[in-house]
Amino acid sequence: MIGTLVIVFREVLEAALVISIVLTATRSVVGRGWWVGGGVVVGLAGSTVVAGFAQVIADAAAGMGQEIFNASVLFFAVSMLGWHNIWVGRHGRELALEMNAMGRRVSAGELPLLALATVVALAVLREGSEVVLFLYGIAAGGDGVWPMLSGGLLGLLAGAVVGLTMYLGLLRIPTRYLFTATSGLILLLAAGMAAQATGFLIQADWLPAWQQPLWDTSAILAEQSLLGQILHVLVGYNDRPAGMQVVFYLATLFVVGGLMRVFNTPTPQPQRVAA
Amino acid sequence: MKHVFIIVLAAAALLGTLSYRTAFSQEANSYSLIIEDHRFKPSELQVPAGQKFKLIVDNRDPTPEEFESHALKLEKVIPGKRQATLNVGPLQPGGYDFVGEFHEKTAQGRLVAQ
Repeated sequence: MIGTLVIVFREVLEAALVISIVLTATRSVVGRGWWVGGGVVVGLAGSTVVAGFAQVIADAAAGMGQEIFNASVLFFAVSMLGWHNIWVGRHGRELALEMNAMGRRVSAGELPLLALATVVALAVLREGSEVVLFLYGIAAGGDGVWPMLSGGLLGLLAGAVVGLTMYLGLLRIPTRYLFTATSGLILLLAAGMAAQATGFLIQADWLPAWQQPLWDTSAILAEQSLLGQILHVLVGYNDRPAGMQVVFYLATLFVVGGLMRVFNTPTPQPQRVAA
Repeated sequence: MKHVFIIVLAAAALLGTLSYRTAFSQEANSYSLIIEDHRFKPSELQVPAGQKFKLIVDNRDPTPEEFESHALKLEKVIPGKRQATLNVGPLQPGGYDFVGEFHEKTAQGRLVAQ
């Protein structure tokens, strides 16, 4: 049961942290619960489908289908995160002014909400499909359904607790820094995912590694430790990255960060309107 | 100018052929592992250092397994009764641990690069 708990926790953790960031970024948006919840449901449904087609996916792309699938899902999530950030850079200030002036009416926030709900769905789908395959193996392996269910549920709970703790911590960010802080978090999340996707393309031999590992800090902070794993999700920490992963990480930071600057509209002067 | 272009083209073609042949000869450079009863056989495998090779993992169990190595930065789910190929290296000489993540207690192994 403990083994099951640990594995399910590891997989749930990544999705839970992504969800906590998304929930923070959409803190004052009306109806965000439906979007995020919808993302989770779609992701769960998708993960059982992906697990069901595991063999088909594995056989695709000359046996490298799994790597290509993972890389595609991650790059898609990166583009959604990038799009969200650029959109918020363009409209966020107006939204902030609007929110301060009018309380909580942000219907215009639906577009980036779709992007973020997609990110949630993709995170749940990727991690969820591995959980499904693993639990199937436990149940089919004769260990019985009870240890599988109890371990699975406890792992899910533990992952959710870490995600919730993270969310409650992020909620302490004062409103005036909120857009800057969440944009920064999402930018780092995107860069980390791009590096992870690059890792899968190197594994598939579609990209050269350009020196692997470029450095090894596993003795200082192992990536599979709890802190290492949390930092891996949040800022893309990698204890033994390939050179190519570092290139993609930095490129994502510069390209998305640059586009955020380019599309950022100057702060409109608040108009004194009699209300 | 035209000649230079043709020479460059020919050189590129030659290089392309050579690199393709190198790539092709590396295809044959493969090593195998078996997963049976949630254990790796052999549990220690000698592999060459300093060159790319393919690691073929044959999962003979009916249940899926995830080949995972933090040291090698590899992870791949292998469905039950299936084989999977992993691209590995080039490695520095040394030992590289790996596990079957779905049965970590028993499924443990090590690549030794020389």
